[in-house]
Amino acid sequence: MTKLLSVRLVAILIGLGFAIVALYSFVLGAYSAATEEAPDHLPYEDPIDFAFSFDGLFGTWDQAQLQRGLKVYDEVCSACHSLKYVAFRNLEQLGYSEAQAKAYAAAKQVPGIDPATGEETMRPGLPTDYFPAPYPNAVAAAAANNNAIPPDLSLITKARGDGTNYVASLLVGYQEPSARMLEEHPEAAPGPGLYHNIYFPNLNLAMAPPLTSTGQVTYDDGTEATIEQMSKDVAAFLAWTAEPTLVKRKQTGWPVLIFLLFATVLAWFSKKQIWAAVKPKRQD
Amino acid sequence: MSFPWAKQYTPTNPVMRFFDEKLPLPRLIYNAVGAGYPVPRNLSYFWNFGVLAGFFLMLQIVTGIVLAMHYAANAQVAFATTEHIMRNVNWGWLMRYAHANGASFFFIVVYLHIFRGLFYSSYKAPREMIWLLGVVIFLLMMATAFMGYVLPWGQMSFWGAKVITGLFGAIPLVGEPIQIWLLGGYAPDNAALNRFFSLHFLLPFVIAGVVIMHIWALHIPGSSNPTGVEIKSESDTLPFHPYFTVKDGFGLGVALILFMTMVFFLPNALGHPDNYIEANPLSTPAHIVPEWYFWPFYAILRAFTVDFLFIPAKLLGVIAMFGSILLWFFLPWLDKSPVRSGHYRPLFRKFFWFGLIPAMIVLFICGGAPAEEPYVMLSQLATAYYFLHFLVILPIVGQVEKPKPLPYSITEAVLGSDKKAVLGENASPAV
Repeated sequence: MTKLLSVRLVAILIGLGFAIVALYSFVLGAYSAATEEAPDHLPYEDPIDFAFSFDGLFGTWDQAQLQRGLKVYDEVCSACHSLKYVAFRNLEQLGYSEAQAKAYAAAKQVPGIDPATGEETMRPGLPTDYFPAPYPNAVAAAAANNNAIPPDLSLITKARGDGTNYVASLLVGYQEPSARMLEEHPEAAPGPGLYHNIYFPNLNLAMAPPLTSTGQVTYDDGTEATIEQMSKDVAAFLAWTAEPTLVKRKQTGWPVLIFLLFATVLAWFSKKQIWAAVKPKRQD
Repeated sequence: MSFPWAKQYTPTNPVMRFFDEKLPLPRLIYNAVGAGYPVPRNLSYFWNFGVLAGFFLMLQIVTGIVLAMHYAANAQVAFATTEHIMRNVNWGWLMRYAHANGASFFFIVVYLHIFRGLFYSSYKAPREMIWLLGVVIFLLMMATAFMGYVLPWGQMSFWGAKVITGLFGAIPLVGEPIQIWLLGGYAPDNAALNRFFSLHFLLPFVIAGVVIMHIWALHIPGSSNPTGVEIKSESDTLPFHPYFTVKDGFGLGVALILFMTMVFFLPNALGHPDNYIEANPLSTPAHIVPEWYFWPFYAILRAFTVDFLFIPAKLLGVIAMFGSILLWFFLPWLDKSPVRSGHYRPLFRKFFWFGLIPAMIVLFICGGAPAEEPYVMLSQLATAYYFLHFLVILPIVGQVEKPKPLPYSITEAVLGSDKKAVLGENASPAV
């Protein structure tokens, strides 16, 4: 008994020790919090909710939108951004035929090996090839872009919070800093080679506004290519590149949940029936 | 050990009789989780989580083995093979989302299992060994989950590995050599990724082994129950099968509905977006945060911001973080109240609901938040309470508290009266 008591005495001393050190940190922290000014956060905006067709529990792709988004990527973004996890064969999921995907691939030059000489060369793409990168390596990408490497876009909508809305918002969010912003946060003024954007956490980013005028991309389906339309379309396309299985995932989920719901209800009634005989009959 | 009234396995089928004579595996199952295991009849749904934890361990092992068939533990290609699984492997996305969310659900059910153990003090004699093995399982789970999170080789994988192995660097004198030895280099790279994969594959089987011992140890005294009164007679118990198999089956259905909702509709909600960016040693994320299930302990680590008596703050944080879990090993000898269930302990219950639970919630929130005020100050207060609760309050409350009267038996608690108690066979409420 005395031995156990000593275990508890040691525990109480150790516990008091930890608590005193934690509270000592608290007191010093509270003192500096009270005397020093807290660092303030730049007032960037949360992304706009664009309500994409694939949002929600029953969302599906809008294939026409994905095709328009591909065209925006192809004609604008691909100048600087790679899309390395997407293969040309994957484009068939956007509603293109096998022949169309093949023709799309053949129109692109991808790195290859000359079969005669073994030298590195460029050749027309095959459906099994992946989207070629605009720069041969990261050093070239940095050198061409004022030291800011344009990120690969395959996963960009999953790599940012609320990613699809964020990408679309960023593309429409370029604007001159407001007078009020400059007054309250002088550091929000864009430095050299930077552009002000209210959706970017630093408020200034190295990417120049890529979509600048209506009709910059000519859509095949006659949709008017406003900046907002192009932004939404390319964001939807990038949501597809980030997770081509997104719609299949949601569509698989429903039968699974309905089955489980059914099985669980059955289990509930089985439980009720089995327990009925031994359920407590209170005698008081 | 079992209760004298436990049903005996009597195979009628000749094949099963053959088995029972040569290798009594069916008998083992029958006695472990079948009709041969008498269980207190008053178990609440809080007693479902052990079975659920076992289920999620199995799920993690099965999905993990499939993922390992397609994954390559090499820093050059690890991120790309993860994307290969997501895009090109048939149903690979389902395997990976089930594995990633399965880890979260494993922790959810284990935390509820531990919560049950703390409220009903299931760790008390004669169940100390079950509790000790449970803490071992939890530590192994933490190591396994941490190493698994490194494998996709995203930004949080890399920087998480760097921060956590950096903790060992806080040990005086030998810290830095230990850190380099653990990583196989100065920073996480191929050597670290490979050994983490190897250990991430090994440890789940170690966990499975300790789980078997955990269940074995459980079958010596039998399950605890919400009254905390030990089993006295057959009327206190029901056979595990069919009564608790069907109850666990219903609980499993509910857990699977929640789990599948996450897997199919919110698969990335519990993850961090930065882990979809490939690991880059030259670019530090704005906020390095571990997975949600480590947040309370991460908050304790970061709560120690000031050096104390020449002990560096970082070392204090590391000691406190590991200490916060290691102290669980001593609970059976710290809490000496003769009453187990929190229902009959008015003072303990107040500290539990108004002290420990709010402190854990504060630590959870602060661990996921950036290291800024007011989160740091809140985590310091909650950390102080955490240690006071387990090391100071629990031992003292056990001494000074006047517990409420216990029912004579489980039967009395369930049925309102126990004939044996009325007859005065053993009127003192033995514990």
